[in-house]
Amino acid sequence: MSDIDQMSIDRARRNFLKTSAGAAALAIAPGMMLFQVAHGDTQGASDKVRWGMLIDTNQCKEGCNDCVSACNKENGLSGKTGPTDSQWIRKIEIKDVSSGRELSLPMMCQHCEHPPCVDVCPTNASMKRADGIVLVDKHRCIGCRYCMMACPYKARSFVHEPLTDQNPDVPRGKGTVEACTLCVHRIDQGLKPACSEACPNKAILFGDLNDANSEIAQKVRAVATTQIRADLRLNPGVRYQGL
Amino acid sequence: MKLLATLLLTLCVSLAWAGEATSPKIDIGKGGECVKDPQWMRKNHMHLLKHERDDAVRKGVRDEKHSLKNCIECHASTKDDSVIARDDSFCVSCHRYEAVKIDCFECHSGKRKSAWLQQREAK
Repeated sequence: MSDIDQMSIDRARRNFLKTSAGAAALAIAPGMMLFQVAHGDTQGASDKVRWGMLIDTNQCKEGCNDCVSACNKENGLSGKTGPTDSQWIRKIEIKDVSSGRELSLPMMCQHCEHPPCVDVCPTNASMKRADGIVLVDKHRCIGCRYCMMACPYKARSFVHEPLTDQNPDVPRGKGTVEACTLCVHRIDQGLKPACSEACPNKAILFGDLNDANSEIAQKVRAVATTQIRADLRLNPGVRYQGL
Repeated sequence: MKLLATLLLTLCVSLAWAGEATSPKIDIGKGGECVKDPQWMRKNHMHLLKHERDDAVRKGVRDEKHSLKNCIECHASTKDDSVIARDDSFCVSCHRYEAVKIDCFECHSGKRKSAWLQQREAK
């Protein structure tokens, strides 16, 4: 008799312990979340993610420069377009001679899956992050500019003059090469790149190409999109619609 | 006797001079101890910064607590929001005293982010 009693008590105790342990786990989980928010992302970039952009050229208006100015403001670029000024994103106008069709579109670092700039870099400064963002590690860059030569999109710039008053989130300095970072400092905070946010016509769609449920992945699946210089088989993360 | 007096005098003078010189004037800003005690930080801050900069840039591991930006947040002067603007600014005062060049601020901003944002909006 006492054995059976003991067993039922044990079961009750076990259930009590189970539920209370569950409650404790719940209580810790929000705490963990708070900790992560307070101390930044300690996980780092994930290779499950492939950040990309889809640019709808039908929505991109000729003469509109909002993405360029937003980029300049966010990253502290001068906005000048001389041969020694940094340009991370440019608006270009193209015209098909035979049909006369005109298009306007933004061009920037295409964040290739197989970036030639990374291949040629002698110091490993040019690199691709696990989530597909191509960056220059300026701690290692020696300013040789091989990457600028290698890039088929002319996306990179060299800093010729000493700089002051940089954005605390965007370090830039003389003697190093730089390019569009896909606003990596914003992405790591869970924000969209500045150009994408600034576009009045929502022509720049940003998201995770690897996530089948993301808006960008669904659209890439549904409509015809083009990678520029797809013949080079670099698999850029930036795609264009309506080219 | 005369020699001894001279010796003592020079010793005192040099000691007094050394005592004064061992304490560079530092504007510590808000200050406080968030990573480790000041003596440990004086000796090891560069290792933290150097190690974590590679993790941050290359792997995207951003440990806010050990980031340069977070250092500046507390240690920028309350007068000009900078760790490098003046001779007694937090980074400059010690580095000048030890004659160690700081390369960080050729690219990184020495300003508190909030102050930088305010300045940008004012432009």
